[in-house]
Amino acid sequence: MRPATLLVPAGILALILWSWHGTRFDLIGLLSADGRAQMLTYVQRLFPPDLSPDLLRKVAYWSLETFAISFMGTLLSVAVALALVFFASRNLVFTGVLFEVDEAGRPIRIARIGLYVVARALLNLLRTVPHIVWALIFVFAVGLGPFPGVLALGLHTGGVLGKLFAEVVEDIETQPLEALQAAGASRLQIFFYGVLPRVLPQFLAYSLYRWEVNIREAIILGYVGAGGLGQQIQIAISLFLENKLLTLILAIYLMVTMVDYSSAYLRRRLL
Amino acid sequence: MPYPKPSEAALPSSDHSRSLFPILFGICFAAAFVGSWQLAQIQPGLLFEAEGRRNMARFITGMFPPDLSLNFLRFLVVPFFETIQISVMGTVLAIAIGFPLSLLGTASLAHAGILNDLEIAGSPGRRLARTLPYVLARTVMSAFRCIPEFVWAFMFVRAVGLGPFPGVLAIGVSYGGMLGKVYSEILENLETQPSEALQATGASRWKILIYGMLPQALPQLVSYTLYRWECAVRASAILGFIGAGGLGQQIELSMRMFNFHEVVTLILILFLLVAAVDFLSARARKAIV
Repeated sequence: MRPATLLVPAGILALILWSWHGTRFDLIGLLSADGRAQMLTYVQRLFPPDLSPDLLRKVAYWSLETFAISFMGTLLSVAVALALVFFASRNLVFTGVLFEVDEAGRPIRIARIGLYVVARALLNLLRTVPHIVWALIFVFAVGLGPFPGVLALGLHTGGVLGKLFAEVVEDIETQPLEALQAAGASRLQIFFYGVLPRVLPQFLAYSLYRWEVNIREAIILGYVGAGGLGQQIQIAISLFLENKLLTLILAIYLMVTMVDYSSAYLRRRLL
Repeated sequence: MPYPKPSEAALPSSDHSRSLFPILFGICFAAAFVGSWQLAQIQPGLLFEAEGRRNMARFITGMFPPDLSLNFLRFLVVPFFETIQISVMGTVLAIAIGFPLSLLGTASLAHAGILNDLEIAGSPGRRLARTLPYVLARTVMSAFRCIPEFVWAFMFVRAVGLGPFPGVLAIGVSYGGMLGKVYSEILENLETQPSEALQATGASRWKILIYGMLPQALPQLVSYTLYRWECAVRASAILGFIGAGGLGQQIELSMRMFNFHEVVTLILILFLLVAAVDFLSARARKAIV
């Protein structure tokens, strides 16, 4: 074996050992009789789930709240992505088939490239800031409640979707565009008849997929005061209300599964 | 690939339901939209009110200039590496949890398909004995991944205390469920001829797995695991918010103290870290596939 082929596994092993040490990964403590007993008691304390009608009614409301945050957040993110994507796709802004015989002057061309760079930078910014940081910023700006959660999901996911959408647009086949151009269609017409019909199904698929991610992230946002199930989970854990915690976890399980199924169903039906 | 059901092929009944679908979808969508607007208390006006505007302005002016003082940067070295360590260890744990579960949860290995059809034909007992572990493994994996890593982290912080260790456990458990599901999907979609040939020579189940399935599946398994590692880096930064160590803890601290110039620095570092990991992982995947 060449030394180089050994180097990779050795490097990975070193990385793992370093991480093992750095995270104080205590497998022995966790799996020791003591650790096992502790985990077992915790699990036992979770049962039975608290299924009193009063709590169930509240849980249903919190679940709907979390659902609402994910739903509105996803819609907002689609709007953000759509607003930016066509400036962030280089084949629509300054290069490729549509611009081969472009007669625009130098300043216009530079302006177009500038537009593209700004749109891409904006998408990067939206995507880089984690949604929980966006949420803290908006809580700071507009106060507690689900609304800052919606804004946070919308902006962060908007950045993610914008990047994915732009990749879709940049990957479309150029023949239809060329044909439209040869027929004398204006750039706007090319956009509506050549680009949009090709990319919309994939836009939709990505948006539905992100909705599945967002329902999970909406739960996380509860932690910073966006309400819904996440906040209640935090309360239940802090106050040692284990039976209530199990009810909430079951509600999360149900809702996440439901969203996954409806998203998969819609993808099948709509595409 | 599932076979299309004959009823879906071209028959009138499906045409009828298709014509109804847009209307139903429209109604559901409108109801969800109106209901969600109310429940999520959407008030775009809040953003433009004097108070909201003032707070936003305070935030934006507070961001500049980013805090790049040596003191602060030196202070971040440990959390920075801790974030990487949590993501690596979390992914390792996720593999350790996900891989065994995925073997049990692979239908073509556990209870169906070429490897099993002959052996369980006409024996309901044997069929049950092979289906039961499969169903159990699938249930465990779906429970692991449906509960967000954040909730896991919360519970593990309670169980083992603050620090990076609960972060590792949280990522390990929830990503274990995801890896397990995707691993078993990869294993189920392999070419079956090699397994069949091995079975004909009398190879045991383990040998079929090691010589017939894993060589085919390995590039995809590794590639997906690397992708999950990228996600784990982001996740480990966020888990810090609830006391699971790493950069997130510092972001939360700076945010709560209104030190926005520190927040900017932290986000910059996070961005560089994520970009570097994405780049590394993309390179590695290209080398493998």
